[in-house]
Amino acid sequence: MNKEHRPLTFVQAINEGIRSRMREDDSTIVMGIDVAGAAGKAEEGFIDHFGGTFAMTKGLIQEFGTSRVLDTPISETGFVGAGVGAAAAGLRPLVDMMFVGFIGVCGDQIFNNMAKMHYMFGGKVKLPITIQAQTAASGGNAAQHSETLYSIFAHFPGLKCVVPSDPYSAKGLQIAAMKDDDPVVVFQSTRLMGVNFNQHVPEDAYELPIGKSRIVKTGNDITLIGIGTTTRTCIQAAENLAKQGYDAEVVDLLSISPLDEETILSSISKTRKVVIVDEDYPKCSVASELSALAAEKAFDFLDAPPKRVTAPHASIPYTSVLEQLHFPSVDNVTYACLEVMN
Amino acid sequence: MAKSQSSIPKEKLMWMFETLVLIRRFEEQAKREADQGRILGTHSAIGEEATPTGICAHLRDDDYVLGNHRSHHHCIAKGVDINEMMAELLGKATGTNKGKGGTMHIADATKGMLGANGVVGSNIPVATGCALSAKVQNKDNVSVVFFGDGASSQGSLHESMNLAAIWDLPVLFVCENNRYAESTPFEYAVAGQSVANRAAGYGMPGVTVDGQNVIEVYEVAGEAVERARKGDGPTLIEAMTYRYHGHFGADNPMGYRTPEEQKYYEDKDCIIAMEKFLIENGTATQEQLKAIDDDAKARVEKATQFAIDSAYPDPSELLSDVYIKYP
Repeated sequence: MNKEHRPLTFVQAINEGIRSRMREDDSTIVMGIDVAGAAGKAEEGFIDHFGGTFAMTKGLIQEFGTSRVLDTPISETGFVGAGVGAAAAGLRPLVDMMFVGFIGVCGDQIFNNMAKMHYMFGGKVKLPITIQAQTAASGGNAAQHSETLYSIFAHFPGLKCVVPSDPYSAKGLQIAAMKDDDPVVVFQSTRLMGVNFNQHVPEDAYELPIGKSRIVKTGNDITLIGIGTTTRTCIQAAENLAKQGYDAEVVDLLSISPLDEETILSSISKTRKVVIVDEDYPKCSVASELSALAAEKAFDFLDAPPKRVTAPHASIPYTSVLEQLHFPSVDNVTYACLEVMN
Repeated sequence: MAKSQSSIPKEKLMWMFETLVLIRRFEEQAKREADQGRILGTHSAIGEEATPTGICAHLRDDDYVLGNHRSHHHCIAKGVDINEMMAELLGKATGTNKGKGGTMHIADATKGMLGANGVVGSNIPVATGCALSAKVQNKDNVSVVFFGDGASSQGSLHESMNLAAIWDLPVLFVCENNRYAESTPFEYAVAGQSVANRAAGYGMPGVTVDGQNVIEVYEVAGEAVERARKGDGPTLIEAMTYRYHGHFGADNPMGYRTPEEQKYYEDKDCIIAMEKFLIENGTATQEQLKAIDDDAKARVEKATQFAIDSAYPDPSELLSDVYIKYP
């Protein structure tokens, strides 16, 4: 660990994680639409125009070249499926599918091949592929470019799913995902990309273990569980609650599949109350899964039913006045906690 | 601009000029709204006005148009009200989609505009289905889908061309080849360096046309629409065009193309060319064309004021329109 304070943005931390894996392992490649940009125009002086839609892969093509940083045509089925095949045949691809809603285009490759090949081939093929997808409603991108959709991935056996909530977890989980021999999906919230975390991020290539949650604030009165963006919401709600004399514990889920049942259940058992905050649609969601977990395995400890605060069962609207109502707000979470406690 | 001008009725020519100019002025205003931070950047269609204009000149209200993420020009050419479009961009309740869809999803079923679409290639099968509906119901309306060179690499196009060809569906697959999918050049991403040639594999006509020349587009589209209406099946049209601005609001295209290239296309500007054509052929005077432009500016200004004056949707709208009925 460096002693000096070394703050990175969410995007810079992801970029650093990817870069360290590419330096470490020559079989690691990156693929996706405009992961560099201006493809084929380097001789004209144009290179790396985007570095990914959110600049997460910026600067990689200069260091690793066009054979390891591949701009693709807009053909999600083709390049996500090619990532699966490349993984089966010895590479370690990171495939950027851009907005998570584009799963609608390439779902076959992810659900029928990536999730299943290891199992249905009797464990004889390994698929060390990482998919990264951007999530969340972040200001007027409307119904198809603002979704979160954790649950449809987590639904599939064979996929691991992680959600960083700040720069530190973003780098650590990115490296862990890319080192993992199973397929891993990393969800990256666009709502976290502009946040000034001022958080120290170590320079070394550290990993956060997949399947582990962390307690970002300890407390005794109620457990708040956040996922990605909503971990920040939970922290802010906990600050509100502190002003009113309540001591909330905040669990940052980090891993959707597998779930860290031990951390979650021990927190709930201690505080005896839980509010789960998820910006994904509510039905058949990760929030529902966590609620079921609490009800099934911590029932005897609970003083009140588990409470979910989620997006509504409605697509994401364009206009800002409605979009802001779609996301679980700090006030809604605070109110839900007070309701549960009283 | 070339040929057979005499065969095109004057009112059609003038409608096309008005439409080109109205799109241009609307898009300039949309860009101003974004530059001033009132809306997120849009995908500007400036430079690409001629393709939907030349095609929609042949369409009726009961014909279908389906677009993509860059679709304001498709909507205007299909007759969608610009007051409602601008209100949609500003997220107002009076917008085409009540403020819920925004720039990438503008739709107006009463005008046969079945929607812009934010997922590349996603609308191509839908347009094929609209054509299937016409055929099954023995109607003579046609369906047109606009997509970019980027979408030509999606499986959805190929699957749809095959379906449309085996069933002789009345659909026009219109590729607006503006040379860049985001920043990825056509030359890099499209094998064989032609979208139109791909039609051959499906046994349908594939035509390349100068998408900066509205008269040429009009003529090519006329044949394709007639074919479709007669039940003779689909056509693939590749219109060679250019977007003057970046992929979306904040994108600076000078990161992937030269000022010389940009100038080459701006010199072929579809509005300037049409102006020249109309004046040289005695169809209209400079003064008349200027009056049309002034009128377009006034209409866009009025639309912007309408949008500004309109109310935002009521919060209850968040949960409306999810279903027609959900017990």
